[in-house]
Amino acid sequence: MRAAIHEKKVLPVQIKPLQTRKTVKYHNFILPVIVVFCLLFIWYILCVFHVFPAYALPSPGAVLKSLREELVAGRLVNDAIASLWRIAVGFVLAAGLGIPVGLWLGHHGFARKAFVPLLNFFRFLSPLAWIPFAILWFHIGDKPAIFLIFMASFFPLALSTMSSVANIPSIYFRVAHDYNYKSIEIITRVTLPAILPQIVTALRLSYGIAWVVIVAAEMVGCQDGLGYGIWEARNGLRLDIAVFYMIVIGALGMAIDRLFAQLTKLPNIRWGYER
Amino acid sequence: MKDNHYTSRLILNKVSHSYSGSPVLKNLSVVFNPGEFVALVGPSGCGKTTLLNLLSGYIMPVSRKVVREGIIRTIYQHDGLFPWLIVSENISMGLRPALTLSQRQQQLDELIVLIQLKGFEKHYPHQLSGGMRQRVELARALAGDSDILLMDEPFSSLDYQTRILMRRELVCLLEKRRKTVVFVTHDIEEAVLLADRILVLKDRPAYICLDLLINAPHPRALTDVTMIEAVKRILNELQPPDTGNHLNAAELQQSEFQQQFDVVMQLRV
Repeated sequence: MRAAIHEKKVLPVQIKPLQTRKTVKYHNFILPVIVVFCLLFIWYILCVFHVFPAYALPSPGAVLKSLREELVAGRLVNDAIASLWRIAVGFVLAAGLGIPVGLWLGHHGFARKAFVPLLNFFRFLSPLAWIPFAILWFHIGDKPAIFLIFMASFFPLALSTMSSVANIPSIYFRVAHDYNYKSIEIITRVTLPAILPQIVTALRLSYGIAWVVIVAAEMVGCQDGLGYGIWEARNGLRLDIAVFYMIVIGALGMAIDRLFAQLTKLPNIRWGYER
Repeated sequence: MKDNHYTSRLILNKVSHSYSGSPVLKNLSVVFNPGEFVALVGPSGCGKTTLLNLLSGYIMPVSRKVVREGIIRTIYQHDGLFPWLIVSENISMGLRPALTLSQRQQQLDELIVLIQLKGFEKHYPHQLSGGMRQRVELARALAGDSDILLMDEPFSSLDYQTRILMRRELVCLLEKRRKTVVFVTHDIEEAVLLADRILVLKDRPAYICLDLLINAPHPRALTDVTMIEAVKRILNELQPPDTGNHLNAAELQQSEFQQQFDVVMQLRV
């Protein structure tokens, strides 16, 4: 008798999460939309009542109008592609060098002791400090921006790869020893899969830094790109253009981060987030 | 199944080990007979796990050597499975690399049926319960006709009921596939229920103070006379000789067993 009653009690508990999951999804969509509309409304009110002068705070209407202008001129798409290209090159270079360096440091305690202070020093040095050197060394064009992106993302990537390698539970290496894994197999079949979830997180974080840096990097030494767009808008006192460039930068950054977030759903990576 | 456990050898010959100067094991000599289930018991910190690491070859002894022949596999307390591999991939790690694809698949299927996890092949370890995970570890260790299984408190992280179930399953599995087993545990009852031979370690540096052979058929119950007698012998050996306090505790435990024993006898009558 008791067992039967107990089972009845369990049933509604199992159904409930299904209902809440639906409402959670609905909330996930509707709540941010409400917040954004509130913000737009406040912006609109500020403009209507001329709290700030029109040249210092462009109205939503003016921003929309300039967006149409820029899209017709094709400059916005051009700038976005230029920025994305620089990010891609700089970031791939940083990942291609930073992850192997992190792997090597993670496996060698002696090297770790020698190099970690240096890496930390450069991690805390703002990449923007390199701007004068970037221009002197690489002149004008894509190269200085790519160099700055590289400097922004290499150090955090190398350091977080290193610490995730160093934190792999030793039991995995003991198991690898039991099953006679060779040294290359240990890297490819234990170390890499074990740190993959943390690598994805590190990529997301350092990509965030890189995306922030690209705007500043393009303000100097570039003739196009989203950062250059803002710089030029400022020079022409066209803050309406600057505002929609800002919107594009934020939205594009978010969209790419969502792409990285999709990686965490891969079955080989998901285990690291579900434990 | 081929009977290859007669080719396996596991011998400790006057082995000593120490960690940075402080001795842990001293002059230990044991011959683990092929097909024998040996339990190592003793208080925590007495060097049971060190002994197991020596047997698995993970560490080398400071003096003399360990004779290890045959395929040796270790089963850990928990988290020994690779969390990025699904159940069938984890088990396949243990299979011999020389097999053809269809042979591998066949052996894999056999093992999954053996550990009663049909339908869970595509699950990741974090999607399984603790007991299921230990069963997968067991299957991985059994794969590829391993000769010697080293088990480091394999059931200690499980809940009580699962632990009892797993003990029973281990006995069944070993009846189907006989192996030399070295089973480390701090649970004296577990050792008595499972093992053919119990080695009791004590003190530091540790030595073997009792080498007990238990010749009783499976399944065993803790209430069997032989089991109670064995537990008594082991507790006797482990009780500290000096302080009266500890003596009382051990005596109390003994008398508890005696009471249990009496109750059972009454029930039988």
